[in-house]
Amino acid sequence: MYSPILRYVPLLLMLVFWQLLTVSGLVPPEMLPGPLTVAGALWDLIVSGELVTNAVRSLSRAAAGLVAAIVVGIAAGLFMATFRPFRLLVNPIVQIFYPMPKSALIPLVMIWFGLGDSSKIFLIFLGCLLPVIVSTYNGARGVNHFFRWSAASLGATKWEVLREVVIPAAMPDILAGCRTALAFSFILMVSSEFVIAKDGVGFLISSLGDSGTYPAMFAVIFTVAAAGFAADRLYAAFARNQLRWREP
Amino acid sequence: MTSAGDGNTTVKLPAEALQGQRTSSAYRLALGDAGVQAAVILFLCVLWETVTRLDLVHPFLLPPLSQVLQRLWEDILSGTVFVDLALTLYRALSGFFIAAAIAIPLGVLMSRSAALRWFFDPLISVGFPMPKIAFLPIFILWFDIFDTSKIIMVAFSCFFPIVTATFAGTSAVDKWPVWSARSLGAKDREVLWEVVLPLASPQIITGLQIALPVGMITTVVTEMLMGGRGIGGTMITAGRFADSVGVFTGIVEIAFLGFVVIRSLEYIRGRLLVWHPESRR
Repeated sequence: MYSPILRYVPLLLMLVFWQLLTVSGLVPPEMLPGPLTVAGALWDLIVSGELVTNAVRSLSRAAAGLVAAIVVGIAAGLFMATFRPFRLLVNPIVQIFYPMPKSALIPLVMIWFGLGDSSKIFLIFLGCLLPVIVSTYNGARGVNHFFRWSAASLGATKWEVLREVVIPAAMPDILAGCRTALAFSFILMVSSEFVIAKDGVGFLISSLGDSGTYPAMFAVIFTVAAAGFAADRLYAAFARNQLRWREP
Repeated sequence: MTSAGDGNTTVKLPAEALQGQRTSSAYRLALGDAGVQAAVILFLCVLWETVTRLDLVHPFLLPPLSQVLQRLWEDILSGTVFVDLALTLYRALSGFFIAAAIAIPLGVLMSRSAALRWFFDPLISVGFPMPKIAFLPIFILWFDIFDTSKIIMVAFSCFFPIVTATFAGTSAVDKWPVWSARSLGAKDREVLWEVVLPLASPQIITGLQIALPVGMITTVVTEMLMGGRGIGGTMITAGRFADSVGVFTGIVEIAFLGFVVIRSLEYIRGRLLVWHPESRR
């Protein structure tokens, strides 16, 4: 493979192309501000502290909803896979709500919790919950029976079988489900803040757009996109580290 | 499948008969499970109605199921539900198909040409995990608030999962079938259509199955932000006017639409991959 710098040359080329496009005057600057203008606007937003405060608000909401969804989702998925009555009770609900576009719940949380933090946290929690439940359930259900039976025949209690056999064996699926949930948390964070919010990066983007300060709007959009990318890469590194005991 | 009570088969080997019995008992078990699950849903509906009738929750927070169903029925009679569902479906599917029409050929080309791979791989691997919905205001700025910007936004969100899956699927195709086809005199194009694409199709379809829900989420958000018709627009209007029956009716409608769309794609996968070992489970 190429060295990392050479690998990202195409991104640099796109930036240069973008700059040339704006300098050449082919597109009106209010439709597409140049990368240097956007970088300047980004610097102003950072210096004024506006970006940081809003980003902290948004990220803390996303983190709260996501962590709650991961904890509840893994527990529910494992419980579904091991305890049949619970599975029969929960599975129909999961099956109905899993294919539903979670953004449709935005008006619902607006009615239930108003415009504050709790509505967004609850939305992110609900949206991230189902992918975690489904992938945990599928992972735990797919564990080879012989592993469980061998552990049980060696005298492991039910709890030990779960902790020492089922959870490690289901770990790849659980981690994949959490990665989906991480992506969902960003999508739902931004879209709920577009629609119902008084602060946060989504609100910042739409208010900058409404006031026509497009360079700043572009700057915040690219910051959010970069944050989503960085979060995914960090998570992927963490997941690889968790699974390093597996054969490649 | 031969079942144990099937009268058409003349001679039955013991193993086959045993298998037939096993499948029929597994079938009965699955049927029992389905019955219990249907009962659970029915019970929840009854619980919803009773709790609201007994005034245990505020009707604004949870309107009675009967009112929601009544509103749904009125919307069906007046036809608004069909307009909303059709508009949402039209936007979601047009964006989805535009994305597929660009992403699948690009993914295939990337696995065949080193230059294209060099150029697009970093762009796609950076774009894939980004929350694409954040770019919505840019599309509104460029294409105004009507269908064009909505569909382009949906296509943009659907594009990355499909191209990633197609690229991964076509590059991971086993070398032996390709070499066998070549040695039997297949041309490049025949190898592509007869060997590479069929072998990569499970992964490509998985990419489509990831993209479609993302497209639906995006459609609903764009409709909520830009207003107008479509389920998202109707729901957010209901929410703004504190019409909680309208919000719940919208949720029932969108849940139905999502269920139908996702299940249809699963069905299509089963039909297209009927030759594949995964269908034989």
